[in-house]
Amino acid sequence: MTDTLTPVLTDNWDQDRAWTIAAYEQRGGYGALRKALGMDQDAVIDIVKESGLRGRGGAGFPTGMKWGFIPQGDGKPHYLVVNADESEPGTCKDIPLMLATPHTLVEGVIISSYAIRSNHAFIYCRGEVLHVVRRLQQAVAEAYAAGHLGTDIHGSGYDLEVTVHAGAGAYICGEETALLDSLEGMRGQPRLRPPFPAVAGLYACPTVVNNVETIASVPCIVANGAAWFTSMGTEKSKGMTIYSLSGHVTRPGQYEAPLGITLRELLDLAGGVRDGHELKFWTPGGSSTPILTGAHLDVPLDYEAVGAAGSMLGTKALQIFDETTCVVRAVLRWTEFYKHESCGKCTPCREGTWWLVQILARLEQGDGNEADLDKLLDLSDNILGRAFCALGDGATAPITSSIEFFRDEYLAHLRDRGCPYDPQLATLYAPAEATA
Amino acid sequence: MPAQITDDTVAELHAIAARYPKPRSALLPMLHLVQSVDGYVTPEGVEACADLLGLTAVEVSAVATFYSMYKRRPVGDYHVGVCTNTLCAVMGGDAIFERLKDHLEVGNDETTDDGSVTLEHIECNAACDYAPVVMVNWEFFDNQTPESAVALVDDLTAGNEVIATRGARVCRWRDAERVLAGFPDGRGDEGLAAGPASLAGLALARERQWSAPVNGGSREEQS
Repeated sequence: MTDTLTPVLTDNWDQDRAWTIAAYEQRGGYGALRKALGMDQDAVIDIVKESGLRGRGGAGFPTGMKWGFIPQGDGKPHYLVVNADESEPGTCKDIPLMLATPHTLVEGVIISSYAIRSNHAFIYCRGEVLHVVRRLQQAVAEAYAAGHLGTDIHGSGYDLEVTVHAGAGAYICGEETALLDSLEGMRGQPRLRPPFPAVAGLYACPTVVNNVETIASVPCIVANGAAWFTSMGTEKSKGMTIYSLSGHVTRPGQYEAPLGITLRELLDLAGGVRDGHELKFWTPGGSSTPILTGAHLDVPLDYEAVGAAGSMLGTKALQIFDETTCVVRAVLRWTEFYKHESCGKCTPCREGTWWLVQILARLEQGDGNEADLDKLLDLSDNILGRAFCALGDGATAPITSSIEFFRDEYLAHLRDRGCPYDPQLATLYAPAEATA
Repeated sequence: MPAQITDDTVAELHAIAARYPKPRSALLPMLHLVQSVDGYVTPEGVEACADLLGLTAVEVSAVATFYSMYKRRPVGDYHVGVCTNTLCAVMGGDAIFERLKDHLEVGNDETTDDGSVTLEHIECNAACDYAPVVMVNWEFFDNQTPESAVALVDDLTAGNEVIATRGARVCRWRDAERVLAGFPDGRGDEGLAAGPASLAGLALARERQWSAPVNGGSREEQS
């Protein structure tokens, strides 16, 4: 039986000057790199396959399998691209990791690049996090100076360049093929698949795109072995991961636990919903995952169980909203976000999100009618599965799930000719006596 | 505003292009550099990028207008971004944004008359456990209230030194853009490693002596 919390990626975040290479190496950092360089590349891929590590950026695709899709001996350059464009609403795990311990990511980048026979890796970090970009730039420079990057790394004959690349503000670039277009200097719009990036990615060459937390999980797997990793988690969702609690919770923050912990357990660790209030709704993995309610407190937070509950584990971004929150306001704001971030490439998403906002705004002001709810569901049905990428699908998640669980609250807006909630009471700084 | 793209800037644009297997990959950081020099994406900056990459100005503009960090009007010394995505909005971001609009007498994406502050509402900036969040030149200001945000912008306009909650001393917006273009300013050692919310789970694990399983190859034993 593993402990309730299992800090691995977060374990050195409280170290003095944790972001420096000296601090990282003092705790055994870059030991996994030396071990990996002494192994055959395919053996490294095999360890990651055996570990059962799945993508931590939302989709949960098996990492080792993704690496295995890279054709070998094809004579083309291979690329590793780290998706550090963390911007799914509610998601806030990769940014603190790169701020605190960028070397965990850099070591993971080197090992992963070695495994897939890539000689140039890119860390595509969203641009809106200046100090994180500074820490990444510094960590990469330190890794070069220490001989962990460059040519003939530690006498292995293996060469690797790493480039830190700052984005420029576009949620869609978190979608892996849009990210690749953006990294090629174009508008960040998703590509038709197939071909998948493993065959034709960056510059039409075989490319692995992995999330920050995924790549940062590679060094501990190589260091400790696949069996160690699979000793944590559930049957099909192995290992530990970072759960991010935010919103109306007593102690919001990052909680690293084996996959399969429940929200009830996490809320207990975080001091519960803020004093005097109760849980109303929550997202399991960002705003693109259908919302859940208090009826789902005991759902194991792994890929399978959250899926079976009608949502998705996504990025494990648990946004907690208590009874002071208007669900219509929340969903309208998320929908405005998707409309703003829709890249415009496909009609269902570009036009659909625009109409969703019109109708939701009308409902929120109490000006619509009950048929608008059916119109919202109808529109969502025409977007889901018909959009070019997952952004359109995600836009429908809060709408369909909120109508399922909170239809009466939409109707209350119509009855009251407006929102029945006082937004002041939902704020961080609401006086306790006014809200309790 | 007169364009200030000089031969030195062009040399730096070339240096950015040299980091990539194909030069066009450099376009995003090149546009960050243009903003650091000109204060926004100027027609002259677009031309310089286009010339260097063998593109037309239209092709470069098509990219520049896609991304929200590229500005078509001069930005103040301090770009103040208030997160109004759902969670921050609910936690107070909407009230903060309204208060700052009143206080600064500007609308969204507008700059104060003295050119010091540009106010904008922004999307989720990956700091939800510190909501509501305000960014100044893309540095984190955590757990804000309308009052703290007003005090923050007053400090900025008064020229007082302002230090991010998790980050460095706030620099000018143009200086931040230069870092994003890939020219480090050597300030990565400023600030802390992690804020209290980032450490919430770790602190609890330490208190209760919880840890990941330890085996023969654990990282502690290697060190």
